[in-house]
Amino acid sequence: MAATQERPNRTRLASGPGLLLVWLYGVMVVGAVSRSAYQIATEFDRAPLAYTLSALAGVVYGFITYTLVRGGEKARRAALVCCAAELAGVLTVGTWTLVEPSAFPDATVWSDYGMGYLFIPVLLPLTAVYWLRRSRVQEPAA
Amino acid sequence: MLDVLTVVTAVAALLLAAWCGWAAYRDQPTKDWHFIGMAVVTLLALVQLVVGIVQLARGEKPEQGTTIFVAYLLGSFACVPAAGFLSLGERTRWGSVTVAASGVVLAVLEVRLFDIWGG
Repeated sequence: MAATQERPNRTRLASGPGLLLVWLYGVMVVGAVSRSAYQIATEFDRAPLAYTLSALAGVVYGFITYTLVRGGEKARRAALVCCAAELAGVLTVGTWTLVEPSAFPDATVWSDYGMGYLFIPVLLPLTAVYWLRRSRVQEPAA
Repeated sequence: MLDVLTVVTAVAALLLAAWCGWAAYRDQPTKDWHFIGMAVVTLLALVQLVVGIVQLARGEKPEQGTTIFVAYLLGSFACVPAAGFLSLGERTRWGSVTVAASGVVLAVLEVRLFDIWGG
């Protein structure tokens, strides 16, 4: 919060509905990172692909959370790109797990479109993209 | 003991979610009473954390592993206060929505805790 007060020109992304996004992304960061860290540390050989993908998802979530908290036009664009990548990841991995379950002996965060996480992984990027695009509309031309 | 506590915490979390959801519906930020509610839910999660650790210390083993169990205990303890702090900085309905979301997340964590312990 302090950083945004120093520079009032920076678009605040973490206010209003953005706060809910920050919270949910924070939850996903903790979920994905701790899950993959535990699994990679203890049973990596069982499902290397699944655990690596979970770790990757955690990193993407972490970056999006950071950009949302930081705010500003550059961060907004970076967040948009990451949300698109995240959505592509969820859809790809989700379809992949349904078409060829044998590739995934254990679940990832993105398995079955994130069903194990109440479909938050697939709903979150859609909401975030909507919010990030709207934030630009509200901002007067710089 | 742990099972009862899990159910009570989950129900309290859902009540908190409904209460803050109602505040959001009425376009209100979180107020003092909501923070007392959050404190109660957090206290329940804290008691659960302590009881869980005591159970582990007495040699009982959760079905799905000790590390996961402790991680979920810590997660459910931090869940609601984190959202509470966020809502302090956001004095609009969206602060209430965030706390409501944390209540739902906590309830889900409690269900997972129940499974992990082997209920």
